[in-house]
Amino acid sequence: MKREMVCIRCPKGCRMTVEYEGTKVLNVKGNSCSKGLAYAIDEITKPVRIVTSTVKVINGELPVVPVKTDKAIRRNLIFDVMEKIIEAEVVAPIKEGQVILENPADCGADVVATLELRKVTND
Amino acid sequence: MTEKRSIVIIGAGPAGLAAAVRARKSGIKDILLLERDYQLGGILKQCIHNGFGLHVFKEELTGPEFALRYIRKIHELGIEYKLGTMVISIDENKNITTVNEQDGLRIYKAEAIILAMGCRERPRGALRIPGTNPSGIFSAGTAQRFVNIEGMKPGKTAVILGSGDIGLIMARRMTLEGMKVKAVCEIMPHPGGLTRNIVQCLEDFDIPLKLSHTVTQIHGKTRLEGVTVTKVDENYKPIEGTDQFIKCDTLLLSVGLIPENELSEEAGVLLDPSTKGAVVNQYLETSVDGIYACGNVLHVHDLVDYVALEAERAADSAVKRIKGTNPQKRKRMTVTTGEGIRYTVPQIIDRDEKDKKIKIYFRSKAILKTVRVNAVCKGKTIYSRKFKQLVPAEMEYIRIPSEKLKGRNIIIEAVKK
Repeated sequence: MKREMVCIRCPKGCRMTVEYEGTKVLNVKGNSCSKGLAYAIDEITKPVRIVTSTVKVINGELPVVPVKTDKAIRRNLIFDVMEKIIEAEVVAPIKEGQVILENPADCGADVVATLELRKVTND
Repeated sequence: MTEKRSIVIIGAGPAGLAAAVRARKSGIKDILLLERDYQLGGILKQCIHNGFGLHVFKEELTGPEFALRYIRKIHELGIEYKLGTMVISIDENKNITTVNEQDGLRIYKAEAIILAMGCRERPRGALRIPGTNPSGIFSAGTAQRFVNIEGMKPGKTAVILGSGDIGLIMARRMTLEGMKVKAVCEIMPHPGGLTRNIVQCLEDFDIPLKLSHTVTQIHGKTRLEGVTVTKVDENYKPIEGTDQFIKCDTLLLSVGLIPENELSEEAGVLLDPSTKGAVVNQYLETSVDGIYACGNVLHVHDLVDYVALEAERAADSAVKRIKGTNPQKRKRMTVTTGEGIRYTVPQIIDRDEKDKKIKIYFRSKAILKTVRVNAVCKGKTIYSRKFKQLVPAEMEYIRIPSEKLKGRNIIIEAVKK
């Protein structure tokens, strides 16, 4: 089988043609680097994505802090991970890179903060 | 009282931050960075998705992480900045009038100004969509701010008009937060945003992209109750009998960005009607001596990495001016757009013997497959490069060897083979 796809590993967006049988990749054309090849194989065998979202903050200068999975996770786990992210709360102050959730939904990645946030005392 | 500074940078988003860091590292001590928001970083703070930094930092970062890397450098280098500060006007003599709560009204006189004010979103008013005026209609960037900074959802079910990158990113973001995005409508026959965003924001979540479709009616009195979506012909006119009602409580508009150039115009900076940014030469100098422009205030970019790199070039030019090492005795050429090309930056080349290659950024008017982009001087093609595909949503560039330039004009065209 043949599939046209656009590599999303970088903004260049190489347009590739992938030949495959089942989950076996036979040939990849149109990629300009090895990342494209890896992406094509991942897309056919096990598509992965980095998930970014926000987590509720207690006593912070802002009500939410931006977060991401520190690795790409299986695409079919995105909503399971989101469920944990939506339930989560974290107390300020928060550092960039701080782990907010450890391996949620057994996705193989941690959810970490992508911004530092100060504590605000309510008086 | 007027205070003096070597370089004043207006706007502390990615362009302003990158320009400030570069100028400071080149030895300029008295730099002032002016920002109207209460924090540094500009729009990056609400762009919580990944995909930034691949060119500049060689790693994939989110918007806040990209901004933090520059903000830390601003602090390390001790660069002076003022938050909550509004620039009211600038003039051709590089006097900058500002106001803020601490200083009141203050005027700065700069040797060089770098314009880095970014852009704003096209509002509903610019589209003239018929119908009522209920709540629930947001520009995509406003909705992004609500969700990612204020921690609020704009509604429950949404339609997005326009397939610009912010709209696509928000389609995914709202879906992840539990909202239902029913459709993204694009009046053009091709998407407005990057292909990677079509893939990972729409296709991943089975959100339909309706090309050659627009919103022709807004329904609802107090809150939005739905929109009428209609197919359009090749002249973007609605086709009768193709109306479809879509129930939704939220409509996002992702219909383009406009460089914010009111200050530039007041200073006498000449604007390009195609980019809506300043007309610049290859040093990013505007029509006003000593005023430079970079980032989205110059032309709307797809990638923040390119914004930062462009800002560094603007800073280099400003530094050269201050050190008195900027090229003299330049021969001026105009760059004009030929077949298939919507705009170029720069629009002017001030030729200098020291230049080796001149980089010209451009966007195509439509999707063009297997074309040659030619640079033509005096009827002769002096440079040509093959492109497999040109897409209006993706900025491209060519590098022209400067010794081949001839005459007073150069035409950039995209021609089918």
